[in-house]
Amino acid sequence: MSEIVRRDPRKEWIARNRLHPEHLDVLAELGEGAAPSEWPGPNGRIRRDPHAVGFTGPNGIKRIDRSGVQQGAGRSSAGDRGDGQPARQRVEIESPAFLVAVVPDLAGGRLSSHDRDLLGLARRLADADPQAPGAVVAIVFGEARESGFAEAGVDRLVTLDEPRLAGYAPEARIAALSAIEESLSPRHWLLPDSALGGGELGRRLAARLGERPAAGLWQIEPDAGSALGWHATCRGAAGSLDIRRDLPRVALALALAECAEPVSETVHAARPLAPPALPEAFSRVEDLGAVAVDPASVALGEAEFILAAGNGIRDWEGYHRAATALGATEGASRVAVDDGFMPRDRQVGATGTWVTARVYVAVGISGAIQHLQGIQRCDKVVAVNVDPGCDMIKRADLAVIGDSAAILEALVTRVEQARQEDGGKRDAA
Amino acid sequence: MPHETTKNAAGALDVAVLVSIGRHPVTGRTRRADQDARAVEAALALDHARVQLIHAGHHETDSEAALRGYLGMGFEALTLIEQAGDADVLPALTDALREAPPRLLLCGTRAETGEGSGLLPYLLAESLGWPIVTGLAEIERVEPEHVTLLQALPRGQRRRLRLRLPAVITVDEAAPAPRQSAFGPARRGALAVSEQASRPDTALADWTLEPARPRPKRLKVVKAASARDRFKAAAAKAEGGGGQVLTDATPEQGAEAIFKLLHEEGVLRR
Repeated sequence: MSEIVRRDPRKEWIARNRLHPEHLDVLAELGEGAAPSEWPGPNGRIRRDPHAVGFTGPNGIKRIDRSGVQQGAGRSSAGDRGDGQPARQRVEIESPAFLVAVVPDLAGGRLSSHDRDLLGLARRLADADPQAPGAVVAIVFGEARESGFAEAGVDRLVTLDEPRLAGYAPEARIAALSAIEESLSPRHWLLPDSALGGGELGRRLAARLGERPAAGLWQIEPDAGSALGWHATCRGAAGSLDIRRDLPRVALALALAECAEPVSETVHAARPLAPPALPEAFSRVEDLGAVAVDPASVALGEAEFILAAGNGIRDWEGYHRAATALGATEGASRVAVDDGFMPRDRQVGATGTWVTARVYVAVGISGAIQHLQGIQRCDKVVAVNVDPGCDMIKRADLAVIGDSAAILEALVTRVEQARQEDGGKRDAA
Repeated sequence: MPHETTKNAAGALDVAVLVSIGRHPVTGRTRRADQDARAVEAALALDHARVQLIHAGHHETDSEAALRGYLGMGFEALTLIEQAGDADVLPALTDALREAPPRLLLCGTRAETGEGSGLLPYLLAESLGWPIVTGLAEIERVEPEHVTLLQALPRGQRRRLRLRLPAVITVDEAAPAPRQSAFGPARRGALAVSEQASRPDTALADWTLEPARPRPKRLKVVKAASARDRFKAAAAKAEGGGGQVLTDATPEQGAEAIFKLLHEEGVLRR
């Protein structure tokens, strides 16, 4: 056939004009849109044609749009998962050389950031020798609501879900851990050094195993001279001393210490492992259950649910009634305290208390920067205010614009109604 | 002093409190350790209890001043198990407690000097075969064979536990603050020295102790596939908005929305 290239200037013009209604059709016809700029070569290496990147702009100039909107939106590159995160490498350890046992706290059934750091530390211990990698065994009490054990770096998962291990049962739990020690004999035991939970369990375990644990651990370094090949740095003497010592079998890693990076590049198997037969433990500690605590007596800094009042409150009686009905701890902005409506120890903010509540309801608080600093660590913020433009509304997860007294009253009615329905259901059942 | 009046009462509970030398976090001077003082306070709050203070450690001028801080809380004597400076006090304490076992042993959770690993109460409980409970908030009731107590949980919550005696209970910051130490009783109180063989702590001698250095802070590293994502993460402003705003809602609608959120978060008690 003829070697002469026939050009259709109109189609070329449409191909250059992204806004033309027939643009995509013409591109497909000319075969330009499908021209790949990257393809795997014969040896598996990615080959690139830099000339095929981009498109010809409306002025005839080549444009490269890197936002991913125009080009490559459909076919993302191999290392992309679509949400901007690089794909994780899947790691499977079939026959581990040794085991690293981790007992995460799982506050609320989920891995906390501290638990993830701890699993990162376990990974460091396990992956130190690439020729003989170890496996990380997570030991979980009760039913875990967490689904991200594989992403957190767990190779094997032991779930101990028995009624006698529920609640506060340290003696039964330590008997279970001893049974695991006998059946799996892990090389390392790692626990979080939290007040109740890992710190207590780890010390009990160390006392049972006759090990001298590294409490308050915050750093490990490889050291060929020591028994387990690691050196540990621990905090001692109420945080005023650093103790450098060989890493023992049982280690309690400090909370908030960021002892290691959490796992972010690999995903592991998290294969369930059958728990060993648990021995009957004779319990001398009986858990009689949680005690109802008056929310007004809870210190503001550790309250879970705070109803805070500010300058916008006119009906203080109604506010106190609402706090009682909701079972919330009372807080206040500086203005409310200065005007004498609330005591000084209830002040939230940079000059008062830095609160850590899970839910913070700000009623009539416009949100001075000092106040917003004080509520930085709150999870959910609800604002009730008349001014839709105030700073608290911008911070809030849910904002209701309106008269605070009426809204609080309606909320109290709603909560009481829900309680009655609930009580009715329980009576019927 | 209420505990003295009940001293000779029949059926009084024998309580021993382990006290240690504290260290002021700012000045570094020796003092009565805060958690141990709270343990003493918890013991003094018990009715019909015979409270005995025990300290095991090296006896010198500095530590004597700190120990007299406990005597100033209303005690005539303190049992001092004298040990060498580098000794492991655990065997001596275990022996002393085996010789005259109390029904209830109270102590602070962690020492303010030395290793401060907080392991001693657990080792004592393990070697004596007693149950141990941490985080005491309040002792509610003492029966001949059991003690009922409130344990402090995070977020100001409390849990009621029943514990078989004899037992070890450790006390942390959740317990009531200790009373002030009075100067006169502190001067008049006696230190009853009892000699025990002291065994050196060989493991501790191998370790390197140095003043704590600040921990390195983790840098915020953005892992992203493309340069554009990294740039977006670096240039991102603090989250503004994003929350739901209800304007022109009736109070009932607003209350319903707030109630839904509170219910989802599970903060409403039943």
